[in-house]
Amino acid sequence: MKRNLLIVLLGTTSLYSMVSRVALADPSEGPLFIDGEIEMITRTESVDGHPLPEVISGWHYRTESTQALEADSFENPGMLAVEEGEVLWSTVEGSEGKSCESCHDDAAESMVSVGSSYPKWDEASGKPVNIEQRINMCRVENMGAEPYPFDKGGQKQMTAYIKNQSLGKPVEIDVEEGDMQAWWERGKEMYYTRTGQLDLSCASCHERNNGKYIRADHLSQGNVNGFPTYRLKQSALVSLHNRFRGCIRDTRAEMPDAFSDDLMALEVYTTWRSQGLSVETPAVRQ
Amino acid sequence: MNKSKRQFLGRTLGVSAGMAVTALLGSSRALASVEDVQKAIEAFSGGKTPAEGVVTLTTPEIAENGNSVPISVSVDSPMSEDDYVESVMILAEDNPSALVATFHFSPASGEAVASTRMRLARTQNVLAVAKMSNGDVYSATNNIKVTIGGCGG
Amino acid sequence: MAAKPRVKIPKSAAAGDIITVKTLISHKMESGQRKDDEGNPIPRDIINTFTCTFNGKPVFSCDMDPAVSANPYFEFKAKITEAGTFTFTWVDDAGEVTEMTKDIALK
Repeated sequence: MKRNLLIVLLGTTSLYSMVSRVALADPSEGPLFIDGEIEMITRTESVDGHPLPEVISGWHYRTESTQALEADSFENPGMLAVEEGEVLWSTVEGSEGKSCESCHDDAAESMVSVGSSYPKWDEASGKPVNIEQRINMCRVENMGAEPYPFDKGGQKQMTAYIKNQSLGKPVEIDVEEGDMQAWWERGKEMYYTRTGQLDLSCASCHERNNGKYIRADHLSQGNVNGFPTYRLKQSALVSLHNRFRGCIRDTRAEMPDAFSDDLMALEVYTTWRSQGLSVETPAVRQ
Repeated sequence: MNKSKRQFLGRTLGVSAGMAVTALLGSSRALASVEDVQKAIEAFSGGKTPAEGVVTLTTPEIAENGNSVPISVSVDSPMSEDDYVESVMILAEDNPSALVATFHFSPASGEAVASTRMRLARTQNVLAVAKMSNGDVYSATNNIKVTIGGCGG
Repeated sequence: MAAKPRVKIPKSAAAGDIITVKTLISHKMESGQRKDDEGNPIPRDIINTFTCTFNGKPVFSCDMDPAVSANPYFEFKAKITEAGTFTFTWVDDAGEVTEMTKDIALK
């Protein structure tokens, strides 16, 4: 009996220490300046209808040294991929003898508001498209080139390069156009539906428990404004749909395919939730 | 990174078995590592025991991911033609292999300061050992807690 | 398709200035400790040496072991006494050499 009591006491102590750790785990103070120059909106009032009063960038949930890595565009290893994307931008591919640059000239001008405004409604396909899909449509229809397979062939680099042109601009998407509302609804349903052996929804971690720890991971609000993101774990750029799949796998559920209707709906909904935060691509996360 | 469940299980069992043996024999993996670290320091210092001070090692208290831990080392020295820091060896006591990197300076460095990023397999001590041009050897040690058990990729 | 290495130094410095040099190169730094999905060891493949010289004289170098993170980053100092050229060299296990030069002027 004494022994049991001791175990209970020990259990209580560790619970207390866990609680104090949670108390210390509030999102950090800002602000985030990239290279001391470009101020990023990392905390802002959320859009109408958002369940949380304030949207907070995942940057605030990271340790100081991870934060510092994103704040210096030279040290940020994700910028190596952005530079690869820059080379691809002017590389001619396909039967039409064109590069992205042939039609879109200087990405710094032509793409400046592209990275902050996708996914967008696409009338021709009757679906929302994200930047990865838009790049592939351009490759197939205008360049006569092969579409990039998911996460391969330069897809992450090109997406990161385009989104990086919008660095600092607030995410803002149009959920009124076409049938976007239906996709928003479907995405919302996915967000709140518990799945997998662990019976977790997106909201279980990122809405109800953000700021707390799940094992050793400091849970953020799961905003998507920094993708593709340089993740220390992979030491490489990680695309949004790769991260969606990773999160879903961690709940021990079946993973939908990248760019499937399910994950596109989730991208529409989570991007809507992230509105107002600056595009941080390539963000640096754990 | 993409370990199957069976591989993972095998590794976990291996670790438990190792711990059991450790407990029985009273020896530990860490001890073996300490010997490796001692040997590496002796080879680097020419047998001298490093003195404390002179070296400043800057590392985070907690590393969010062991794949990329910033480390910065600075050694007090005039960095003149006849009095400068030759080399600084970085060691991680509890990595599969303790050696991390060795920096080499010269009077043209101006200051003996260098930073890089390293991999740490677990919470452990990291050492910086500095060898001066006159053969003196100094060291500094920091403990770094490494976060393990976050969400998978 | 690997990105070019990144090197950051000031364009000019006064004689006697100690400048900060930063370098970053894309490399997976395969440690040799990992196994593939079939359980076979993935062979070690790392950049093992980085060297920085100024007008041919050594400034800083580093011998690397597999514990250096992917995409190796270095920050160090250099004392400028004359105008000239920095040469940065990375050598990997396969013997592949990546070199980059940067000029600095005197103020």
